[in-house]
Amino acid sequence: MEISCKKQGGRVVAKLSGELDHHSAPQAREALSRAMHKEPAAVLVLDMAGVTFMDSSGIGVILGRLKELQRTGGSLTILNPSAQMKKILKMAGLGDLIG
Amino acid sequence: MQNSMTLRFSALSENESFARAAAGAFLARLDPTMGELAEIKTAVSEAVTNAIVHGYGGDGTRFVELTVSIEGRVAVVSVSDEGKGIADVAKAREPFFTTEPGTERSGMGFTVMEAFMDTLEVSSQQGRGTTVTMSRAIAGK
Ligand SMILES: Nc1ncnc2c1ncn2[C@@H]1O[C@H](COP(=O)(O)OP(=O)(O)OP(=O)(O)O)[C@@H](O)[C@H]1O
Ligand SMILES: [Mg+2]
Repeated sequence: MEISCKKQGGRVVAKLSGELDHHSAPQAREALSRAMHKEPAAVLVLDMAGVTFMDSSGIGVILGRLKELQRTGGSLTILNPSAQMKKILKMAGLGDLIG
Repeated sequence: MQNSMTLRFSALSENESFARAAAGAFLARLDPTMGELAEIKTAVSEAVTNAIVHGYGGDGTRFVELTVSIEGRVAVVSVSDEGKGIADVAKAREPFFTTEPGTERSGMGFTVMEAFMDTLEVSSQQGRGTTVTMSRAIAGK
């Protein structure tokens, strides 16, 4: 799993690539939390174009970041999920986050 | 005729991607669509991760067993551990139910397995372990 974060205006855009599972989740969680603390922004954008696999561990990572953001009134948007990812996001009630 | 394979591997998180990739490679002869393959691999990943995380609580000296069988055009996957077992299987299968809310688990594993496979059976005994058996018919390309 590779993550590169960039601040663009009031948003932090994180480009994720590789496989997001239970094994890579801690690394993803840490990279995203670090980016959010370093460059506080109201909106976190997760660009999933490069993610080749995601299971419910990815849902855990996304829900965790969403909760952190909501504490300060922020929000989260998910871009370019695969068809399989989209189904999982919808199952978890996160379909509205897809931008 | 039935064709099957079994893998026995250490309960380490780094083996999760190996397990789902091996299952996918074995099923390639059914010529599944990308979508079918992605969904079956996801279901395998959920069951294997549960065995590692919940069954063995991260004890990497224990082993997980994955069997994949091809029965006609049906893929049958079973994942077993000899770990702590599930107290209430019906409860465990409910969406968003998790016994580990503190570790960013979403409680969606069984819900994903159910959605991506045609059948899902869970047999578990506390203190003895858990076997998850699931199947899906492959329409193919
Ligand atoms: N192999 C297993 N051994 C012991 N308990 C299990 C096993 N598989 C599942 N469970 C129990 O069932 C619950 C629900 O599992 P499920 O996969 O749906 O959610 P989760 O693993 O808690 O979260 P997520 O999969 O979303 O990260 C788990 O929290 C755990 O208590
Ligand atoms: Mg799970």
